[in-house]
Amino acid sequence: MTHPKSEETMGKDDIVNNRTSRRNFLKGLSIAAAAGSATLMTGCIPDVSNASSEELKLKWQEFFKKNYRLMTQEEKNATVNRLEKLAHLRDGLDVQISSQAPRDNVLYGYAFNITRCEGFMECVTACIKENNLDRKTDTQYIRVFEMEPGQLDPSTGNGKFYHEVPVENKFYMATQCFHCENAPCTKACPTKATWREPDGIVVVDYEWCIGCRYCQAACPYFGRRFNWGKPEIPKEEINTKQHYLGNRIRPKGKMEKCTFCVQRTREGKLPACVEACPTGARVFGNLLDPDSEIRFVLKHKKVFRMKEELGTDPKFWYFID
Amino acid sequence: MQSASRNGFGAFLYDVFRWNLQGGLGLQIYRLLLIAGMLAGLYAYSFQAQHGLAVTGMNDIVSWGLYISNFTFLVGVAAAAVMLILPAYVFHDPGFHRVVIIGEGVAVGALVMCLTFIMVDLGGPLQAWHLIPGIGLFNFPSSILAWDVLVLNGYLLLNALVPLYILYNHYHGRKADEKKYRPFVFLSIFWAFSIHMVTAFLYQGLPARPFWNNPLMGPRFLASAFAAGPALITLILAIIHNVTNYKIVRQVFNKLRLIIVVSAIINLIMLFSEIFKEFYFPTHHSISAVYLFFGLDGHDALVPWIWTSIGVNLFATLILAFNPGKNNPRILLPAAGMLFIAIWMEKGIGLIVPGLIPSPLGEVVDYLPSWVELCVTLGVFCLGLTVVTFLIRAALIIEDRYEQKH
Repeated sequence: MTHPKSEETMGKDDIVNNRTSRRNFLKGLSIAAAAGSATLMTGCIPDVSNASSEELKLKWQEFFKKNYRLMTQEEKNATVNRLEKLAHLRDGLDVQISSQAPRDNVLYGYAFNITRCEGFMECVTACIKENNLDRKTDTQYIRVFEMEPGQLDPSTGNGKFYHEVPVENKFYMATQCFHCENAPCTKACPTKATWREPDGIVVVDYEWCIGCRYCQAACPYFGRRFNWGKPEIPKEEINTKQHYLGNRIRPKGKMEKCTFCVQRTREGKLPACVEACPTGARVFGNLLDPDSEIRFVLKHKKVFRMKEELGTDPKFWYFID
Repeated sequence: MQSASRNGFGAFLYDVFRWNLQGGLGLQIYRLLLIAGMLAGLYAYSFQAQHGLAVTGMNDIVSWGLYISNFTFLVGVAAAAVMLILPAYVFHDPGFHRVVIIGEGVAVGALVMCLTFIMVDLGGPLQAWHLIPGIGLFNFPSSILAWDVLVLNGYLLLNALVPLYILYNHYHGRKADEKKYRPFVFLSIFWAFSIHMVTAFLYQGLPARPFWNNPLMGPRFLASAFAAGPALITLILAIIHNVTNYKIVRQVFNKLRLIIVVSAIINLIMLFSEIFKEFYFPTHHSISAVYLFFGLDGHDALVPWIWTSIGVNLFATLILAFNPGKNNPRILLPAAGMLFIAIWMEKGIGLIVPGLIPSPLGEVVDYLPSWVELCVTLGVFCLGLTVVTFLIRAALIIEDRYEQKH
């Protein structure tokens, strides 16, 4: 038990550099004790044998916290505080996690201009960076499909095009979570770990999720992603401006999804994909504001939604100029 | 075994465990093999717990694999105990009355496997307490998975406590009061149907997955389970008949054969009805069935799997129906085994995996379980067999002594 003590005297950078050897140590430990149930614990609660007592205490408190929706503002502040401290202790990161509530009289809506999109995928790149998506498995919330004329269903398009765009006589359609008003995923969740916020954003409480993946099976739009392993993001690329329900780094074994960049939109900014789009194909705004651009599109353009027959009432429309 | 004079629950437990440590060389080797299987599973699971579900063959498209497939199939095996309970308690069949305890033991073992498969499939097993009503936050009645948690645990309790009450009394040489446990037996009959239907509704209730979103799913679950479950129980009864001195009358096997044949034929009719719907006028909702039976975009991992299953299923059903050996166990027992395996192939992987392929956005991938999944699955099967062996061995010794006394 000399490890924790020696770590306390180490600097921040030493701890960071020490991580690989710590992992190797754990690996050896787990192989040695493979048959014992002790291994299960080191597997599920990583670094138990090496964590400092403060880290252990924070983790213990985190383990027994409530579902986010049942927390008072003080409890929300406390867990945010703990998560920020843990990010600092574990990875030497200074993150700011917001617990900003929905704004009054706001219902977010999204519209996608099929005529304008040219398949540059800038939105995908911006989304990956903004939302701290796992680089190892190449997680993407947004999928862009190259479509043949005469088709309007992305499932008939090519989602894996690697060539110069735009291609003559092709058009492009992107998908993501459509933030359904009647969402099959929230209905399926056995622990109420995913729900629709009053501003229309469908979110996941990452700590409350048990990782059963029933919501993923229930989603008709392939809008959800699972953390099959521990997400890996180069430290210098981590976006430290985070939201509890949004882009904070997810634990392994938990579900995640597009949150309309809740960490940005609740601050009055546009989602990263909208801001990144070079062709202006993406429109985002408040559906309750009669002067918003999204309302203009819904009123003056011919719009449609994907799989309307399922009655999911998505808040995401496609339109053609 | 002269400890009959001892009394109380402690003595009961002591003897049950004592009997499950004693036994001949064959039994001990069998137990050691089961323990080896469980250790292999535990090792693989510790690996999975450390690295996450990334070490399985699953991904965002095929997000359920071998674990959930086996879970789904074993729910059927668990509920099949009702095919012994029903004749025993409703029709007062004396032959079935003697073996009903074995059926209940199999049900408990199958349920333990079901719940373990759910646990090993969870990304956050340490958060499983979020599912416990009261402490956690239970999405009831909205989530069918919440219903499933309730009905599976309820069925486990019913199938564990009723036999426990009977055996506890028989252990002390008393007659169990049928008036006391009869209501629970009838409850467990209805409950058996409910665990099938609720588990089917888990899939049937997802409009996102046209392959599952099919009103025949629940009834087909029942039919296939009432074929596969009694087939397994037939095999277990045959083993007990041969290796213990607890003899089972011929008549029970003949009646079980009839139950299996009727259920297997109804299952095949419904399968034919499903295939007709998918392929007479294929729509884009038939695409999962196309993937399963013929392959799609060069991906055809399940094609040999499903045709083997259907071929073996048909062959075994015909043998059981026409009974060419005139009740010769050397023909009927392999047929029962083949039917069990064929339904496992179809109601497990053949049902779960194609429901997820292609993805709702049309992407086709194949699924192959990793060594971790295979080892964990082996471990869970060994755990289930251990539970079944443990319960049945204790039950048979108690029943045998009770019968000799009375």
